Amino acid sequence: MSALGARFQSTWQGLLAVAERRLPALTRLRAAEALPIRLHRRRIYVLPTAFGIGFGALLVIMQLGALNYANNAALLLTCFLAAAAWMSLFAGFRTLAGLELVAIHAAECHAGQSLPLTLHFLASARPRPSLRLRIGTHLFAFALAPGDGPGISIQLPAPRRGWMRPGRMKLWTEQPLGLFVVWSWINPRTSILVYPAIEESAPPLPHGSGQLGERFSAGDGEEFSGLREYRSGDPQRRIAWKASARHDGLLVRESEVPVDDNRVLSYASLHGLEHEARIRRLTAWVIAADAAMLSYALELPELRIGPGLGHSHRHACLRALALMPDAP
Amino acid sequence: MRLSNHQFNLLAISALIAVSAHLGRLPWWLSIALVAVPPLRMFSRARSPKAISAWLRVPLVLLLVAVVVLHYGNLFGREPGSALACGLLVLKLLESERIRDARTAAAFAAFVLMSALLFTQSIGYTLLVSSCLIVLLATLNALEPAPLDRNRPLGAELRTAALLLGLGVPLAAAAFLFTPRLGSPLWGAPGAFSEARTGLDDRMSPGSMTELLVDDSPAFRVHFETAVPAASARYFRSIVLPRFDGTTWTRRETPAQPELEPVVGETPPIDYEVTFEPSHRPWLVALDVPVSADTGLRMRPDRTLSATGGIRNPNQYQARSVLAYRLAPDLDPADRQRALQLPGGFDPKTRELARRWRSEGRDDDAIIASALAMFNAQFTYTLSAPLLGRNSVDDFLFDTRAGFCEHFSSAFVVLMRAAGIPARVVTGYQGGWWSDVGEYLLVRQSDAHAWSEVWLQGRGWVRVDPTAAVNPLRIESGAAAAAGDRSWYSGSWWLPLRNRLDVINRLWTQSVVQFNALRQKSLLQPVGITSADQRDLLLALAGAFAAILLSASLWVMRSGHSTRFDVLDAAWRRLCRRIAKGGVRIRDNEGPLDFLDRSRAAFADTPERARLEELVNAYVGLRYAVTEPVSAKVQAFARKVREFRAPPKVQ
Repeated sequence: MSALGARFQSTWQGLLAVAERRLPALTRLRAAEALPIRLHRRRIYVLPTAFGIGFGALLVIMQLGALNYANNAALLLTCFLAAAAWMSLFAGFRTLAGLELVAIHAAECHAGQSLPLTLHFLASARPRPSLRLRIGTHLFAFALAPGDGPGISIQLPAPRRGWMRPGRMKLWTEQPLGLFVVWSWINPRTSILVYPAIEESAPPLPHGSGQLGERFSAGDGEEFSGLREYRSGDPQRRIAWKASARHDGLLVRESEVPVDDNRVLSYASLHGLEHEARIRRLTAWVIAADAAMLSYALELPELRIGPGLGHSHRHACLRALALMPDAP
Repeated sequence: MRLSNHQFNLLAISALIAVSAHLGRLPWWLSIALVAVPPLRMFSRARSPKAISAWLRVPLVLLLVAVVVLHYGNLFGREPGSALACGLLVLKLLESERIRDARTAAAFAAFVLMSALLFTQSIGYTLLVSSCLIVLLATLNALEPAPLDRNRPLGAELRTAALLLGLGVPLAAAAFLFTPRLGSPLWGAPGAFSEARTGLDDRMSPGSMTELLVDDSPAFRVHFETAVPAASARYFRSIVLPRFDGTTWTRRETPAQPELEPVVGETPPIDYEVTFEPSHRPWLVALDVPVSADTGLRMRPDRTLSATGGIRNPNQYQARSVLAYRLAPDLDPADRQRALQLPGGFDPKTRELARRWRSEGRDDDAIIASALAMFNAQFTYTLSAPLLGRNSVDDFLFDTRAGFCEHFSSAFVVLMRAAGIPARVVTGYQGGWWSDVGEYLLVRQSDAHAWSEVWLQGRGWVRVDPTAAVNPLRIESGAAAAAGDRSWYSGSWWLPLRNRLDVINRLWTQSVVQFNALRQKSLLQPVGITSADQRDLLLALAGAFAAILLSASLWVMRSGHSTRFDVLDAAWRRLCRRIAKGGVRIRDNEGPLDFLDRSRAAFADTPERARLEELVNAYVGLRYAVTEPVSAKVQAFARKVREFRAPPKVQ
């Protein structure tokens, strides 16, 4: 059964691919496009749902019954019901029309975790309840109140490291009665970087934890070479409060930690592990070193980053790891 | 996904309302069961999430079918069909755990609601049933995921439902007006309407009219073209009953070659229009005595009107009557014989009394006067008449001496026949309530009446109402005033109010219930089509639909565009165009401030430069400094942009 379903699915996908190649005009709105994406009337489609078709058949039966018995009260009731059903089409259309996706924000995510995405829609004057979104096989339902909202948070699985595209989303609603489905395709040209997975229970950083404890106990003994302006992501404990008070903005101590060649996180040194396992361990070490406020350098086959410490350094290392080519 | 309690409760309430529209017609035990199940299920579902197993549901369905078959005899037809539908709806509720089931149940509830109207078309009932549509649509709306307000969604759902119904009014009106009505039913409708309705019957035996006399539903309404007859003259003739078998009066079979009894009018004729409520019988009424009526109607030899079949929908017809008349001044011997017929072996005391009066040398008039005097002196009028034995007239005249119109008319006619005066019983309606607002006469079933006609030499058939001799109030003020012994719970205490409200009923009946194929034909007269056939109507329907849907589409698409942000954008683009006239064109990759820097140079020595700086800075403030610009400020900015003029091009 599932084999048949899979075959049907693959045939369907093949047909769609052919249609998109041959009839670009018909399917152009399925191609990726830059944000913001506004759902104007030419890209909104409407069809009755299965329930809508059944309801229509029921209305026809009711109408015939009322006509047959020459019963005008029943006919009037049926007419009202049918008219309301039809008006629900316009209400559904209005729910979707003019909707504008302005931004997609992603939080940090490692492969294997779920990727938290926030979709920001342009504030609109009217409420838009019962909107539904399908990305691949994942379904989400949400409502947009009038005015600026906090954005819609969804979670997508991120199985692989590297660039990830949310891909084509189907945005639809069956609002208000479930009789008509109003839908549109959104395919934002947005890529999100997924960091590599973190090795669980990774061995400690090269060259021991004793040194680590010493550093923390050092407290005021820590030497620093100077002050620089605060950048977002700097740990709070590095802020020089006294110096900042005499200054316009916050200042951060830049410590001059003697570069310890022993804390080089090297891809080459991890022989014995396969490619992806090495990347996972390096990722775990980068995170551990950053959390422990140890300066570190990352050595990859064709790239050396650092030594350094801080948000941007960590990001550069994780990015390099995420974008490592696949195993040869 | 399992239905939330809110969704299920709304669905249960919809089903409950749909079922209660049928309650009056279902057997009481089924009514109680059907009304009890939805609240019980609402309660049990809120307490435990367990679904009801098929082991319970399937036997319940079988039980329902069995019970309906046992009670009604079969499954088909309107009565058993509606009972079955109500039962199935409630059982469907028991298995509704998913959106899909709930939608099916809601659609089915709509069907059950509509089928309730097949029984009664009154305005109150229709309004009640129609208002249930709001709950039904709110239920469907509640089945959609992600409402705006998760905590209190009901208000929004009801609003949406009401809005949809409101927006649908034009479409519904067009569909109602222009949907071509069927000339004849597609399937066996007449059989489905065979249930008994209250109305005059063509048989009369003691007590047979009791049910009718306590029924306050309207029987017919009369609109007079000319002067309105006095209360005492409002006799509406319906059926003439000349045959008597000792207990029951029956109609005479119409002869193959009917010859109308001739009538000579002695006053100017009265023209009127009668709207007759459905009675499922063919008998109609005419003011005593009709001289002519609509061609579609049948006038029997005894001057009564009838339709060709049972009256299933309100029937409207016109007739002309004279109030003072001579009916059949010459009676042929066969008719005379029939009007004197009495069954042998019944009522010996009555015959003896009549013989004694005759032997005392009294003439016809004197005998009639004696009989009426006797009624007046010794008899009482009551709706709760004692039961009568085999010799019903003897028992009534000499023993019980209490009864209502049918006792009096029956006894009177027997007495007359025994005395050798040709006589017969006439049934119909007498009285009615005059509506000043609607200018029509409302006659209820409770105004049903029976009187007598005697044939006198030279005067023909003369109407004699023995009830009037006993209870003149009955004739002058109507049945409601005469029936003084009726209790408060019979509903008579608010009859005056109901009489006043009847004008709404009449309007409803005239404009909606009676809107038939005939009336539809004249619908297109304003556009020059005097007799619209089905094709014209369908064209009109299509036209109206197209117009309504087109305007709805335009409205939807127009309002999809304008937002507050666009005003700001449009103003900025206009500003860029104005500046371009001055020689500086904004580049695609350029922000407003960079553009301003370049423009400053070009506009260096012109008075517009300061103004330009102000405008660009205002734009930057509106667009980038706040999340959502204040509408008034945007308008002010747009106005200033319109006033801005670029200096002539700098070479």
